[in-house]
Amino acid sequence: MTAIGKPISRVDGNEKVTGKAKYAAEFNVPDLTYGYVVSSAIAKGKITNIDASDALSLDGVLKVFTYKNRPKLAWFDISYKDQDAPPGSPFRPLQDETIKYSGQPIALVVAETFEVARYAASLVRIEYKEDTHETDLEANLHRAREPKSGIASLLKPPPPKPRGDFETAYQDASAKTNGRYVHAAEHHNPMELFASTVVYETDSKKKPKLTIYDKTQGVTNSILYVSQVFNIPFKNLRVVSPYMGGGFGAGLRPQYQLFMATMAALELKRSVRVTLTRQQMFTFGHRPATVQNVALGALPDGTMNALYHDAYGETSQFEDYTEVVVNWGGMLYPPENVTMDYKLVPLDVYSPLDMRAPGGVTGMAALEVAMDELAYELGMDPLELRLKNYSDLDNNEKRPYSSKELRECFRQGAERFGWSKRSFEPRSMKKDHNLIGWGMATGIWDSNMLGARAEAALLVNGKLWVSSATAEIGTGTYTIMTQIAADTLGMPIEDVLFKLGDTDFPIAPISGGSWTAATVGSAVQAVCEEVGKSLLKLAKKMPGSPFKSAKWEDIEFVDKHLRLKKDPSAAVSLMTLVNLNGGKAVRETSGVFADVMKQKNFTRSAHAAAFVEVMVDEELGTVKVTRAVSAIAGGRILNPKTARSQILGGMVWGISKALHEESALDHTFGRFMNHSLAEYHVSVNADIHDLDVIFVEEHDDVVNKLGVKGLGEIGIVGMPAAVANAIFHATGKRVRDLPITLDKLL
Amino acid sequence: MNSFTYTQADAVDTAVDERASDLTAKFIAGGTNLIDLMKENVERPTRLIDITRLPMATISETLEGGLRLGALVTNADTAYDERIIQRYPLLSQTILAGASPQLRNMATDGGNLMQRTRCYYFYDLATPCNKREPGSGCSALNGFNRIHAILGTRTQGSDGQLAEPNCIATHPSDMCVALAALEAVVRVTGKNGERSIPFAEFHKLPGDTPHIDNTLESDEIITAIDLPAKGFPDNFMYLKLRDRASYAFALVSVAAALELENGNITDARIALGGVAHKPWRKPEAEALLVGKPATKENFQAAAEALLAGAQGYGHNTFKIELAKRAIVRALGQAAKLEPTA
Amino acid sequence: MSPPLDKRAPSLPPLHTVTLTVNGKETQLKLSPWTSLLDALREYMDLTGTKKGCDHGQCGACTVLLDGKRINSCMTLAIMQEGKQITTIEGLAPTPDELHPLQQAFIDHDAFQCGYCTPGQICSAVGMMNEGRVKTTADIRELMSGNICRCGAYTNIVDAIEEVINKQTA
Repeated sequence: MTAIGKPISRVDGNEKVTGKAKYAAEFNVPDLTYGYVVSSAIAKGKITNIDASDALSLDGVLKVFTYKNRPKLAWFDISYKDQDAPPGSPFRPLQDETIKYSGQPIALVVAETFEVARYAASLVRIEYKEDTHETDLEANLHRAREPKSGIASLLKPPPPKPRGDFETAYQDASAKTNGRYVHAAEHHNPMELFASTVVYETDSKKKPKLTIYDKTQGVTNSILYVSQVFNIPFKNLRVVSPYMGGGFGAGLRPQYQLFMATMAALELKRSVRVTLTRQQMFTFGHRPATVQNVALGALPDGTMNALYHDAYGETSQFEDYTEVVVNWGGMLYPPENVTMDYKLVPLDVYSPLDMRAPGGVTGMAALEVAMDELAYELGMDPLELRLKNYSDLDNNEKRPYSSKELRECFRQGAERFGWSKRSFEPRSMKKDHNLIGWGMATGIWDSNMLGARAEAALLVNGKLWVSSATAEIGTGTYTIMTQIAADTLGMPIEDVLFKLGDTDFPIAPISGGSWTAATVGSAVQAVCEEVGKSLLKLAKKMPGSPFKSAKWEDIEFVDKHLRLKKDPSAAVSLMTLVNLNGGKAVRETSGVFADVMKQKNFTRSAHAAAFVEVMVDEELGTVKVTRAVSAIAGGRILNPKTARSQILGGMVWGISKALHEESALDHTFGRFMNHSLAEYHVSVNADIHDLDVIFVEEHDDVVNKLGVKGLGEIGIVGMPAAVANAIFHATGKRVRDLPITLDKLL
Repeated sequence: MNSFTYTQADAVDTAVDERASDLTAKFIAGGTNLIDLMKENVERPTRLIDITRLPMATISETLEGGLRLGALVTNADTAYDERIIQRYPLLSQTILAGASPQLRNMATDGGNLMQRTRCYYFYDLATPCNKREPGSGCSALNGFNRIHAILGTRTQGSDGQLAEPNCIATHPSDMCVALAALEAVVRVTGKNGERSIPFAEFHKLPGDTPHIDNTLESDEIITAIDLPAKGFPDNFMYLKLRDRASYAFALVSVAAALELENGNITDARIALGGVAHKPWRKPEAEALLVGKPATKENFQAAAEALLAGAQGYGHNTFKIELAKRAIVRALGQAAKLEPTA
Repeated sequence: MSPPLDKRAPSLPPLHTVTLTVNGKETQLKLSPWTSLLDALREYMDLTGTKKGCDHGQCGACTVLLDGKRINSCMTLAIMQEGKQITTIEGLAPTPDELHPLQQAFIDHDAFQCGYCTPGQICSAVGMMNEGRVKTTADIRELMSGNICRCGAYTNIVDAIEEVINKQTA
């Protein structure tokens, strides 16, 4: 191996820094038309009248689509179910007159230019009959109920049954803590606006043939949706997404601009682009608001004997969006008396949607604050409490981890941070106006592998072309797949071209949940090995071939050559071999699945230890995260450079969640009011100071052959609690609700 | 965005004439707020008069020993002007605490005064707003009002009782807070010629006419902002508190300027941002400081006086205490009693 | 029913001939006055390197240089920028085969992930260096705060810029 493990700069770097990388709204085609969405002003009720006459009177306006004039569409819910659809009935844009949430798309104006469409949209007048809506989670907790389960529950198991006797153990505990944790809803807000450019053509039978440039975390998800909803065969559809300007979960489901643009293109027989506004980026999935209760009990020596964790999450009236919020404590810690519960409160909002470490960062931001509280009840160092209750077993499943170097994360992270110099007492460090505090927390996230396919072709010019219909959402997929392919066939990365984001390529799952490196990486490795095997066959046919009796295990690929492991002088160049293939490329397609038999006896997780220093201006309530260290046990690191960036991003997200992010819902209108990047605050450059990432050595041959665990989520999980705990250490104030804005510290 | 026609003005008087002949026309210069609001359909001018070619883009000396900021000087050019940095460092510091470098390169000083509120409800046509649509109601009053006003919101009814506010929006500018403290004068030209408006009289409280932000007549254009000679170059501080470290509007901000002699205050100015429909000043509070030593106790008394009558509406009630603390801190820093870090 | 926004009859604004000078090249366009500079670049000139992240001056993804000064191209009308030298990400490099030092530094320091804010970050950094106000790392953080990076590449962005500034002053 020569490329894997090296800090190689992104292979798509040049395109991204020069502006050549094209995103969904940037594929300009002749005669393109533009759609602009009209959004509902009310949260619940019915449309009683739509007057589009003014809009239609303008030159250049082609059509105003509403529920009244939309084409006939698929009838059954199943047609609208995408790969990330929760149990329930998916939202159907322009279905009927019913308004289910504020901001719901209710009309699409299509015009020859963007500006005319935008203007015309402002002229569409809608009359409503309003019904009473409910959007307040805390006021509706009494309506909480068990979530429905569905296919999504496979990756999102419900809480395990209670074990032991929490009540009695908690009574008996000598140190205990009990708190309520309220988190605001959040929106993903990737930098790129959701957009679809649908290029309309017809096939030889005059049937529509669409090429769709879509902002999505999975082109296969988009094509499935379009094919089913609009009843178009796959052969007449192609979805392309070579770049995606940030996903964070927002692109795990087809968003409504895809529906709108496709519908309009089919009806108008024209190419159509629909781009949402930033305000409309607040009108689909979000991280749900939650209310959690956590109670912990411990014996005098710090051994935890009781754990209670419940969570109430909001969902829509039409789908049961669930996430794993409460299970983590039972996985990480060993108390024998455990009760965990998770309930949903349906409200008149859009269905929540997976957002970076869904559920995990929510639950851990409560549990790990509670752990800090318990440490203070015990008078014990917070890190020591975690070590005291370190578990090599997942206590929910009573099975070992495939690997768990969390102890090493604690050790290395603490050393880098200087944790041993910490004084236990809150309010013990001060500089000028600022109180200084140090906090830490644990992070955990699932290491899943799904199934995927890939294609590889060694071309006659000696270049390797590899493809899979996965996504590049900023995680470095192009780069690591290039590295994996290069190493598998002993080639320099310059000779490898990896392509993705196109339904013409072999199928891959939506890119999320930290599973892409494991899943698509394994597929790329496997298909390159298939090419290697074909090359070996060709090598055997060479006159006087030294490989005649060689088996796969006997050979290796090094420096663009196939050679015998035992006798490296017996080597033949890949170029020579491919030219023995009758002038054709050596091409293979294959797929991989997780080795379920190998995995079933293990829990597979990535772990993290987050250490944070804050400065709190106590009089004014302002908080600055002056430095943070994250130590990550994430299996094998394919590319330390891009991997570090992913963790840095997760850390920034953790700081942003802890201190800034809140989608403010006005319950009078049932509407998110701060729907802009000026008022929905995410961290800016000035908020971020010294961040340090450590990857601890971790070997794992159970998770997948590559030994990778995925890094998209694990960087954020421990950070919010670490920030909150540092604020407590600085000020002595325990803030359990996020975000910790300055008013909460006055 | 609505449909509009576009013209370029090449002289102040023709610009004024154009505007006077069509009161639904608007002047555009930097455009950083107007275009934003036009895209939201909050502002719907029938005509835009591009004034960027008018000769109002320089900073010059006044006969009174102050500086005249042409209305078209950008915020960035103002903040980085050596004369401003030397003589009015409070203004420079304040401008640099606002918006982003890109916006400061576009936005003009005249336009800064004309900024409209950032109230969520003002911006969102789906909700009632007295400022946007007089008489429709104030959604912020019982809504999500974390960023809203705590001072000057209530009007006295004919019975002498304080009535429910019509509007609790704040003025979003940073720069105007410093201009208020510095007692700048706004120079305007209209059909009836030129006039000068003291800064304190430029912006108004919402009262019964929350849709009107200021006292500029409909045919008038801002041509310049005059800074008086006194710039408080030695003892000043702009303290801005917001929800992130940069690129966010103020929850509360304080422009503090002091003149000190042997530790005694000879002149004091305090203006607040983020708390009212206009930069908030109270001469009586400032007078409390004059002739007194620069101490935390005296600053506290001034803070209490400035916040007298403040009223919270739920989410924003914290601003009352925060503003007091910010005033004490900013004055302490201006007096160099406290570190500025 | 909501009242019409305007009492006037719906109408379209007249077209103007607008000449824009982008990356040293003059282009004549037929535009309505309401076309933003950003939309003119992306939809009328196929210069899609300049990004639309919010369309309201709240993210910095649309940053371009106007006579060397960084601005938000979404917040200005194309018609107002005749006669100005507009530089976009496509025009930063000295030749098509080369990279601007900041572009190279962004690659070297992995100062981006999804890449969507990147052209704006780089144009903004060029503008910041033109302004010449950076003395400390904290200055870079503050003066680059008009460019949001949702992927959270801030520390790498600062490192990349610092390297280029240090090389220039060395």
